[in-house]
Amino acid sequence: MSNPVISVEHIWKQYRVGLVGAGTLSSDLKRWMHRIRGKEDPFSKIADTNDRTVKGNSDYVWALQDVSFQVSEGEVLGIMGKNGAGKSTLLKILSRVTAPTKGEIKIRGRIASLLEVGTGFHPDLTGRENVFLNGTILGMKRAEIRAKFDEIVAFSGVERYIDTPVKRYSSGMYVRLAFAVAAHLDPEILVVDEVLAVGDAEFQKKCLGKMKDVSGKGRTILFVSHNLAAVRNICTRAVLIEKGTVRFEGDTNEAIDLYMSDNTGSASFDGMVMWGDAEMPGNKFYKVRSVRLLNEKGEVSSVFLTNKSVSVEVRYEVMSPITGLRVSVTFIDRQGTIAFVSTNQISETEEKQPGQYVSTCRVPANLLNGGGYEVSVRIGKPWAQDLAVALDNILAFDTTLMGNNGSVARSAWPGVVAPALEWITEKTA
Amino acid sequence: MSSRDQGAELKWDIIVRPKSKWYNLDLKGVWQYRDLVALFVKRDFLALYKQTVFGPLWMLLQPLLMTLTFSIIFGRVANISTGDAPRLLFYMVAYIPWTYFSDCLNRTATTFTSGAGIFGKVYFPRMVTPISMIISSFLRFLVQLVLIVGLYFFFVYRGTVVRPNAHLAYFPLLILLLAGYGLAAGLVISALTSKYRDLTFIIPLVLQLLMYGSSVVIGFAQFGPELQKYLRWNPLLWIFEAIRYSLLGSGTGLWSWHALAYATGIMLVLLVAGIFSFSSRERTFIDTV
Repeated sequence: MSNPVISVEHIWKQYRVGLVGAGTLSSDLKRWMHRIRGKEDPFSKIADTNDRTVKGNSDYVWALQDVSFQVSEGEVLGIMGKNGAGKSTLLKILSRVTAPTKGEIKIRGRIASLLEVGTGFHPDLTGRENVFLNGTILGMKRAEIRAKFDEIVAFSGVERYIDTPVKRYSSGMYVRLAFAVAAHLDPEILVVDEVLAVGDAEFQKKCLGKMKDVSGKGRTILFVSHNLAAVRNICTRAVLIEKGTVRFEGDTNEAIDLYMSDNTGSASFDGMVMWGDAEMPGNKFYKVRSVRLLNEKGEVSSVFLTNKSVSVEVRYEVMSPITGLRVSVTFIDRQGTIAFVSTNQISETEEKQPGQYVSTCRVPANLLNGGGYEVSVRIGKPWAQDLAVALDNILAFDTTLMGNNGSVARSAWPGVVAPALEWITEKTA
Repeated sequence: MSSRDQGAELKWDIIVRPKSKWYNLDLKGVWQYRDLVALFVKRDFLALYKQTVFGPLWMLLQPLLMTLTFSIIFGRVANISTGDAPRLLFYMVAYIPWTYFSDCLNRTATTFTSGAGIFGKVYFPRMVTPISMIISSFLRFLVQLVLIVGLYFFFVYRGTVVRPNAHLAYFPLLILLLAGYGLAAGLVISALTSKYRDLTFIIPLVLQLLMYGSSVVIGFAQFGPELQKYLRWNPLLWIFEAIRYSLLGSGTGLWSWHALAYATGIMLVLLVAGIFSFSSRERTFIDTV
C-alpha cells in the first residue's frame, strides 16, 4: 500500500436523539458531576447502536462505532451506506465540522470538503462577490481566486450574470456557479458529499468529468454518493458503512454488490412477519397479527417479477369498536427514497366491530421498477397519530424488471417506479 | 512496523481528536484565514445596505435620530442635566461608542446560532467569525465618529465652549476596552446559547437596562447617592464617564484611574472566560445548536 494520506483510527461518535429540552440541563449537570469526580460518562454506557428502524431505549445513540480505514495518496474512495448509516457523520468529522467522541483521524496535506455547494453564498451579493466569499470559506486565498476567476466563471457558464445578485439566479445557475468554485479548489484531499445530486444531467456529467480529471492528477478524493453509477465510474475503492460500523472495505464493484444485496438493513426477506399473541404490536383498540408479501398465486415470496402483481397482506385484530381505522403501505426503493404510499381509504365514520380483519394492497403488474423495495406498514386513525402502529421497513423484496414480452431487462431504469403506461403510436402521414 | 512508517507518523498535518477540554485559541489558524476575515467584513458592509435608499447614510442617520430622541426625552421633557455640554453632543459622544459595544456583543453572541448553516458544512477557525464582526462594527464606528467631529465643530463654530483635554489621547484605549467587553460578553453568551436559547430573550432587555446604568444618557452625578452606591460597581459606567470627560471636559464626566484599572481587570477576566467557553463549544456545538 502506498502512502496513506488519511488514517481513520477507531472513530466513535455519540449523539443525543430526540428533543433537546426537558432533562437536558439535568443530564448535563449529571455528566459534569461525574466528570469532575473523575468517573466515566454515565450516559455513554446506555447508548444504542445506530439503527433507525428500531426504536431505541436510550436517548443516546452511537452514530459511529469503532470506524477505521486508511486512504492512500491518489485514491478515489467511495463511501456507501444507506440513509442514516453514519456516512454524513463520518464526513462531518473528516471535514472537522464536528469532533469525534473517541478516536482520531490523521490527515496529511491540504483538505477541502464539499458537504454542500454554495456554502456561505449571500443572496444579496453578486455572483462575483460570492465567488470570492465562497472560495475563501472553502479555504482558498484571495489571490488564488483572482488568478482562477475567469476559469471559474467560464466553467459555470453564467458569465452574463456575474454581476447580478445571486438571489436573482435560477436554482440551476446558482448551483453551477457554486460548483464551479468548488471544482477549482486545489486541495490535496477532496471530500465530496452527494453534491452531484443537483443540477441537470449535462452539468452532472461535467462535474463527474472534472472529478475524474482531478483524481487523474494524483489528488485523493473521498466521495459519498447514492449514485451507484458514479461511484462505480470514478471510485477505485469503496467503504461500506452499516449501522455505524465498517461493513466492507475494498473493491468498488464488490462493495456495490454487497450494498445492493444487503441494503435492506433490518427488513426481513422472509416474505412474512407474524407475531405471537403476546408480542402483537398495537394498543388496546387493535393489534397487528401478521404482514405478508404474496405473489399473484397467493404464495408468500420475497422475489418478484415486475410483470406480475405483488400484494401486501396485513392481518389485524380489533378489540373494541373503532371508526376510521386505516391501513397504509409505503414502498421504499433501494436508495431509501419513498416510491409511493397507498392507503385503503376507509372513511372516518366507518366503524369496525371487534374481530379479525385482513386488508390486502395489491400492486398491479408492470408498475414497480427492477431492484427491490422495502415495505412499511401503518395502521391507525387519520387524526390520532399517537395510537398509530407503525411497522417501518418491516419487509423487503427483490424485483426483476421484465420487458413487455417477458424478457428480462438488463438493469433497472432510473426512477422509483417503471410503470407500463398506455402508448399510442400512429402513422400520421 | 518499519522505521519508514514511524518517519511518516511525524508528518501528519492535521490530527482530528475528540474535543479539547480547555482552551484552543487557534490564532495561527485565524491568521491563515485572514482573507476570510477580510471578506466577511466586506460582506457585512456590502450586504447590510443593499436595497436601501440611503445606503450607508443610515450609519449616520441612526445615531443622529437616536440622540435627538434622547435630547427631547431626557433633556427637554425630563430635564436631566448634561453639565455644561450641549445636550446633543453629550448624548452622542457616549451613544456612538455604546452602539459599538452593543453591536459587538449582539453580533458575537449569535455567532453559533446564526452561523450554523456555514459551520455545519465547512471548517475554518470559528474565531474568524467573531473577529470579523468586531472589525466590521469598528469600521462602522469610525464612520460614525465623523458625526461626533462634525457636531463638535458645529458647536465650536456657534461659540459653545467644549473642552476636550489631554485625556483625549486615551480615547482609542477606551474604545479598545469597550470592544473587549463586547467580544468577551458575546463569546460567553454565544457558548451558552448554542445549547440553551433562553438567553437570547434576556439579552436585549439587559442591554437596555445596562445602557441607562452605564452613564450613556444619564451621567453618574445625576443619580442619588443611594443608587450610586450600586452603580459604581458597573465597570462600563466608568468607561463612558471617561469618554465624556476626555471629549467634553470635566463638567460632563469623571476620570478615575482606579475605576479604569478596575474596568480593565474585569474585562480581561471576562475575555479569558469568553475564550475558554467559546473554544470548549466550538468543536461540537453543531450537534446541539
